Amino acid sequence: MSTHLASPGRPRADRTATGLGATLRRVVPPGLLFALPFLVLFVLFMLWPMAQGIWMSLTDTSLSAHDPSFIGLDNYTEAFGDAEMWRAMGHTAWFTVVSTVPLVAVALAMALLVYTGLPGQWVWRLAFFAPYLLPVGVIGLLWLWLYQPDLGLYNHLLQAVGLDGYAWLSDESIALYAIVIATVWWTVGFNFLLFLAALQSVPDHLYEAAALDGAGAWRRLWHVTLPQLRRITGVITVLQILASLKVFDQVYLLTKGGPNGSTRPVVEYLYDMGFTGYRLGYASAISYIFFALIVLASAVQFVALRRREK
Amino acid sequence: MTSTDVPTRPARRTVSPLPAARRAHRGRPAVQRGPNLTLGASRLSRTLALAALAVMALFWLLPMAWAVFTAFKSEQDASDPLHWIWPQGGFTLDGFRTVIERGDLPLWMLNSFLIAAAVTVVTVVVSAMAGYAFSRTLFRGRRWLFTVTIASILVPPQLLIVPWFQQMLTLDLVDTYAAVILPQTVAPVMVFILKKHFDTIPRELEEAARIDGAGHARIFWSVMLPLSRPMLAAVSIFVFIGAWNNFLWPFVSTSDPALMTLPVGITAVKDAYGVNYAQTMASSVLAALPLVLVFVFFQRHIVKSVATTGLGGQ
Repeated sequence: MSTHLASPGRPRADRTATGLGATLRRVVPPGLLFALPFLVLFVLFMLWPMAQGIWMSLTDTSLSAHDPSFIGLDNYTEAFGDAEMWRAMGHTAWFTVVSTVPLVAVALAMALLVYTGLPGQWVWRLAFFAPYLLPVGVIGLLWLWLYQPDLGLYNHLLQAVGLDGYAWLSDESIALYAIVIATVWWTVGFNFLLFLAALQSVPDHLYEAAALDGAGAWRRLWHVTLPQLRRITGVITVLQILASLKVFDQVYLLTKGGPNGSTRPVVEYLYDMGFTGYRLGYASAISYIFFALIVLASAVQFVALRRREK
Repeated sequence: MTSTDVPTRPARRTVSPLPAARRAHRGRPAVQRGPNLTLGASRLSRTLALAALAVMALFWLLPMAWAVFTAFKSEQDASDPLHWIWPQGGFTLDGFRTVIERGDLPLWMLNSFLIAAAVTVVTVVVSAMAGYAFSRTLFRGRRWLFTVTIASILVPPQLLIVPWFQQMLTLDLVDTYAAVILPQTVAPVMVFILKKHFDTIPRELEEAARIDGAGHARIFWSVMLPLSRPMLAAVSIFVFIGAWNNFLWPFVSTSDPALMTLPVGITAVKDAYGVNYAQTMASSVLAALPLVLVFVFFQRHIVKSVATTGLGGQ
């Protein structure tokens, strides 16, 4: 009986208990009983949908009424030859690169500056973190307004200093970067808080020792603070890459993937295929190709991190 | 660093910047310690840091300030490029009035709140129980199940929208609260975080309870949970914010405006009513208000949460 394993040699007080609960406990190990609610949800809304997704990707399931039929790997073959899908993959990859760098670097700069003990702590924290609390619907409306070519804040400001405005969201060459700017503004606060928390756990005695050795501010930053933050920086970077790969919301709300599909990320492509193109089976195949690429990228990151830590 | 309210005016004259900086945190000892240790105490570095911070803060605050500003303008003034700062007709509450009278915004807020609250309660309860099971009990298949749970952290929910939708069609749940809530309650990350947290609670406390005759249910309820209050609060905050702001799944799973959440509804309006900038910004301000207010009041707690969840630690 696996209940015996729970804690070897402990007094078995509950053995004398009677009633339904006790009977249940004797049949099902209590640990499993505790995990059960999670496991039920996990199987229902994670494992089953994943399995169903694989099945759907092998069929021509559609949102319209006809019964799906098995078509083997046709969806995958089609997807591999689908230039639009690869273009969307490219946008996602580029967005991830261009957004991750500032989302880590700016967050670190913010945290270092705020942590210096300057007055007005809560104001800085509020300023940098508050945008993270805005629902993405608000982010969409706000940045559409800020980027509005004739009336928006940014063009007004550029014109005020004598520069030309931009067609921020309708110019193919800059729309993706406009979305990156909005994204950094919106989400950097979370990474900022992570860095701030990490800074607080750097032991004071390291600084005291450095100060005794006569290390100035820059040397302390370079030889104490940054090395102490190396681990958390790695963690934040990995989390950020995973988050950026899944970008959809703000792109959909700001440009709907346009102009001419120049900002459309993978998640939006599969949304378009599935829910406006009605091809759920094909969308599932794209999901799985993308998922495979994410797993691959994560494996590479994992190995790289491992190697660096050694 | 004391919390007594000693009059500070004379003390402010002291030359050493260190106590001055410390005084800024009077009464909030837990969050900030060791000020001045990163950038040094020289007047120049402090001034530079302050300037850099001010520029960044301006860049971060300006968009919000401008949105609030616009929300208090009339529609004509909002779309007048010549008077983009100061409205010709003065400020007005018309934008807010129209938005509130339309009545859907409060409904979406209520939906968002109900859905986020339900997701939070279910997720936290279920994840805490599972975390306890993986941390403190032994049963056949435990390791294996935990490995599968952790592995699934890699699965982006965005990629499950198609099968979820199909599933909701099968279960006949499309356009119900259940459809929006259920898939969001599976949070392997939270199970992982809580398991790690329970691992840190000393065995002795558990043993003592066991000697008193407590079973797993009692230990979980009267030993583990009370000791985990800060962690549970932290986890709840993040689950709540995540669910409150979630867009894609509520967007896919609801088409009935009466069931829409705030992020979904507020964008639907823009498409339906055309572009009214003042009104749009008024509804944005109203939509943003609840969580921002919560943050203003609980920010110390939220900042600590980040550290507590272990994400910020070493």
